[in-house]
Amino acid sequence: MTVRKLIDNISSKVMYVLTILTSLIVFFMVVGLYIKSNPILETRSIWELITSSSWHPLRGEFGFYPFLMGTFWVTFLAMLLSIPVCLLCSIYLAEYAPKKLAEIIKPLIDLLAGIPSVVYGIFGMLAVVPLIRNVAPLFGASTTGYSIAAGGIVLAIMVFPIMISVSVEVICSVPNEARETSLALGATQWQTVKHVVVRKAFPGIVAAIILGFSRAFGETMAVLMVVGNVVQVPQSIFDEAYPLTALIANNYGEMLSVPLYDSALLLGALILLFVVFLFSIAARVILMRGEAI
Amino acid sequence: MERRHIEEKVFKVLMIAATLVILGSLFSVIVVILFKGVGALSISMITQIPRGGYYLGKEGGILNAIVGSLYLAAGATCAALLFSVPIAFSLQKEYLNPQVSNVVRLSLDVLWGVPSIIYGVFGFTIMLYLGLRASLLGGIVALTLLELPIMVRAMDEVLKMVPLELKEVSYTLGANRFETMFKVVSKQALPGMMSAVILAFGRGIGDAASILFTAGYTDYIPHSLFEPVASLPLAVFFQLGTPFPEVQERAYASALILLAMVLFLIVLSRLLTRRVTKYVVR
Repeated sequence: MTVRKLIDNISSKVMYVLTILTSLIVFFMVVGLYIKSNPILETRSIWELITSSSWHPLRGEFGFYPFLMGTFWVTFLAMLLSIPVCLLCSIYLAEYAPKKLAEIIKPLIDLLAGIPSVVYGIFGMLAVVPLIRNVAPLFGASTTGYSIAAGGIVLAIMVFPIMISVSVEVICSVPNEARETSLALGATQWQTVKHVVVRKAFPGIVAAIILGFSRAFGETMAVLMVVGNVVQVPQSIFDEAYPLTALIANNYGEMLSVPLYDSALLLGALILLFVVFLFSIAARVILMRGEAI
Repeated sequence: MERRHIEEKVFKVLMIAATLVILGSLFSVIVVILFKGVGALSISMITQIPRGGYYLGKEGGILNAIVGSLYLAAGATCAALLFSVPIAFSLQKEYLNPQVSNVVRLSLDVLWGVPSIIYGVFGFTIMLYLGLRASLLGGIVALTLLELPIMVRAMDEVLKMVPLELKEVSYTLGANRFETMFKVVSKQALPGMMSAVILAFGRGIGDAASILFTAGYTDYIPHSLFEPVASLPLAVFFQLGTPFPEVQERAYASALILLAMVLFLIVLSRLLTRRVTKYVVR
């Protein structure tokens, strides 16, 4: 066996091992978190934990419902705000905007994708929170401004760049023949976009949305700084909330002396991981279906 | 005017409005940080470590956090690079068959979406188990886990795009798989792979949640891998948490420094990418 062949042989073995180890990381994380959260699952059922809203760690009561609702509403609001705006913007950049303009805007948006999340958090505290404080009375609510609304807006701005850069790419990759056929049949440009381009790009757009979702859902610092962190089940978007990620960041590492506390927080982490897992698989399935068409 | 033409007009206006909203909100982020941060910015902020009473508004700077962040992000990026290049290559058709590599890609997609706080918590749990305390090493490990999926998936996309003809030419000349991949394909993919690295570095330097427990915080610049280390995102966070307005001002300035570093890096990478494209066959 020559040296060249030997190098090829050894390198491929090393590569396989590294690849397999990496794909097992998810598995290790799930198992690790499960083992560590097992003590609390032995005292109560998972159903009881996620539907109870009584959070009194010192009395051994760990109800995740307020935190789950906090995470849900903040993420939901962020998605509600960002999806339509991002879709319209991506269609504009890919289909309508003059080429030169699009060539300037696209790299700018990519550049902004790199802004760290604490910067978004500070922006939220300085600009969005006062805005909410002043706007809320118009809806008959009084608030300090630290609220679900502030969290949702900050997260929406945060996911703009990633959602747009992926969906613009997807829309641009729709073959021109599809557009030409539709236009030749007398459809307007918007009709072409609506019935042909978006339909063809749909799986990719869903993937872009899920990418944005997982970014918003798992965001910790930016949200922590603007949602108020009050343990309650939020009743309106002007209420304070306490998302699961913020709970973990604020308490893990400090409260290890309280029995079952770290186990409860790791169960929270496991729940987050589980949701991300489900959505990533959904994205993959949708994308594969799209490729099959 | 027909209904569909009205619809066309309405949606065009909506699209332009949406684009303006997005550009406006993203630029207001930068403008707000710039105006709030520039006031407290000074030379001593970036050349000194915190002196006694810094967090009460006295003398000092955040050099410890700037250097700490660079140590953390550079260490993690090097480690992630070491793993992700072989992994990205092995996902190609030459090495793994597509069914297997798709499973690996799925697991990387899941890792991509895993919230960074979970890397922090998972890393800290392992460190407790091994008896390590918060340190530079712990922070680097957590950030490596965070950066690895970003880097591998971005590199994978770039490698997939390399034209088949190029590989065929290489094989025809008698090169084997290793030589083709690492001497020919890698040159073609170099610009894209570099932007993948910079992307990951940017995510690493800006992430706070994963190093919150694993890297700790200190007022000094660490001298070994086992000492705790400060970082810019956490410096911003902790200074903001103090009740003193002067210190909060410094948090805004620190955020500005962080933002400037990240944006500078991204622009630099764009320029570098343009330089290495000279090896690319079109």
